[in-house]
Amino acid sequence: MSDPAVRLSGLSKSFGAVAAVAGVDLDIADGEFFAMLGPSGSGKTTVLRLIAGFEAPTSGRVELGGVDVTRLAPFERDVNTVFQDYALFPHMNVVDNVEYGLRVKRVPKAERRARALAALESVRLEGLERRRPNQLSGGQRQRVALARALVNRPRVLLLDEPLGALDLKLREEMQVELKSIQREVGITFLFVTHDQEEALTMSDRVAVFDRGRIEQVGTPADIYEKPVSPFVAGFVGTSNLISGEAAQAVLGREGTFSVRPEKLRVAGLDDAVDAAEHSATGTVSEVVYAGPATRFVVELDVGGRLIALQQNLQVSSMDVMGLRGTRVRLVWHRRHEFAIVSQEGVS
Amino acid sequence: MNLSRTARTALWAMLAAGLGVIYVPLLIVLVNSFNTDRTFAWPPTGFTVRWWEAAWNSTGVRDALWASVQAGLGATAIALVLGTMVAFAIQRYDFFGKNAVSLLILLPIALPGIVTGIALNNAFRAVLEPFGVSLGLFTVIIGHATFCVVTVYNNVLARLRRMGSSLEEASADLGADTFTTFRLITFPMMRSALLAGGLLAFALSFDEIIVTTFTAGAGVRTLPLWIFENLFRPNQAPVVNVVAAALIVASIVPIYLAQRLSGGDAGTR
Repeated sequence: MSDPAVRLSGLSKSFGAVAAVAGVDLDIADGEFFAMLGPSGSGKTTVLRLIAGFEAPTSGRVELGGVDVTRLAPFERDVNTVFQDYALFPHMNVVDNVEYGLRVKRVPKAERRARALAALESVRLEGLERRRPNQLSGGQRQRVALARALVNRPRVLLLDEPLGALDLKLREEMQVELKSIQREVGITFLFVTHDQEEALTMSDRVAVFDRGRIEQVGTPADIYEKPVSPFVAGFVGTSNLISGEAAQAVLGREGTFSVRPEKLRVAGLDDAVDAAEHSATGTVSEVVYAGPATRFVVELDVGGRLIALQQNLQVSSMDVMGLRGTRVRLVWHRRHEFAIVSQEGVS
Repeated sequence: MNLSRTARTALWAMLAAGLGVIYVPLLIVLVNSFNTDRTFAWPPTGFTVRWWEAAWNSTGVRDALWASVQAGLGATAIALVLGTMVAFAIQRYDFFGKNAVSLLILLPIALPGIVTGIALNNAFRAVLEPFGVSLGLFTVIIGHATFCVVTVYNNVLARLRRMGSSLEEASADLGADTFTTFRLITFPMMRSALLAGGLLAFALSFDEIIVTTFTAGAGVRTLPLWIFENLFRPNQAPVVNVVAAALIVASIVPIYLAQRLSGGDAGTR
């Protein structure tokens, strides 16, 4: 097997007494679309900056393609970054911005112009070559930043909250587009985001960060369906935890378990329950109508609360609103409940 | 905002009065430079360019102008180098005594000129004269540089703050070493701030008289010194007036440019 595009071993970074990154080990394969997901302050951006070389680690190693680059300056590393604020050079026009990396590497003028124009075409910005960054919209700037990084054909492209500054509509468009650009160029993409939906829709694999550590690494389905800790369960999607006495009563087992809201079925109190299913009774305390689906908040009789998401296939808003205050039975298949190994070892 | 008619008229009148206090006297200086009457009788008795000719041909004026230009350029050059270096140190690095250094850089602009002047005069005579360096153009330049550094420092510091460090990181990320980043990114981004700071520094030096008095010694006459000496000689009054008029016109240009440059952002190349 070839060396991973990125390998982090025992990577730590402290700012004064604060440990921003506290021992991260991670391998990212060549050509992967990899997301580092976590709340702000979880260390994901610091890891990105350690890989780019803007920060020096307190301890640990950064390898790119099997080569130790821990001590190298940013300009000696074969990675390029799309910055959160894009960091386009305001005194240069679009094509000069895109050419910059080739220019400082002394690529002949004709070649670099041709490559820059091709890169601009690949992000659909033909015709804007002469514009200054301040004459572009947010989405266009984002594309320039992408073209400026991609034109150098780096081993790894680092993206720091690349879509954070865009509005919702544009963000959804760019999610799809980033993915297709990545497939075209075949470069390893490593991106940082705090948006779990973004991480799940775009990436091949996700690492969930909390307090400077990686909580879980896996495919989006792994992360979503089989969270390993209450933190992951809560951060990725809606956390539906059953624990303590409730777990004992409903599941007949000790521990903490998670069931995703869309896996729950809202049934009548006396509806039949299959042998392969578990169920719990409770009272609907809240009904939130959200267009294609409705969210039911159910207070369980055994204690605790679960959220159930039902698609509005047959019902209208009128029907579902009337369910507030009624008694229901929540039913789910056993294979959709997952035991969560808590960090404190409560399991 | 909607203002009543009366309020608007009153505000306009106040603006006109305020600007009038500043600019009418300057206008009179300009008009008087073409006044045939030697004692500036008002209204002017006739139009003449005699005084402009006299000023143009006066070796005293020319020498003083040249001395002022030299002093201004010298002080500005020192201010540009030192002001930029200090601004970088303060903005980019953390070190012991950072706030104190920042305060000490700003202080000279607030210190009374007469204090700076006397202090420098004593220091120069005590330290430099034993080495055979007497007061002259060199000491004037040093004296002016003490407060010119501030203008460059302030301009560069403000620009560095606004610029942040992400542009330089982006440059390094794209493969440019430290020197290339400075040449292609940092310096071009700072150019207009340097020009604005430099113009202000030059303007400060050009009309400085108090510190100059104490640091110039016998041999050097800058333009302000020359004007001050000749102001009360009735013979020279019209020529002094011409010099003043010329300075008014000449100072508009750099101030206008400095304002454009420090206001106009990175749009300029």
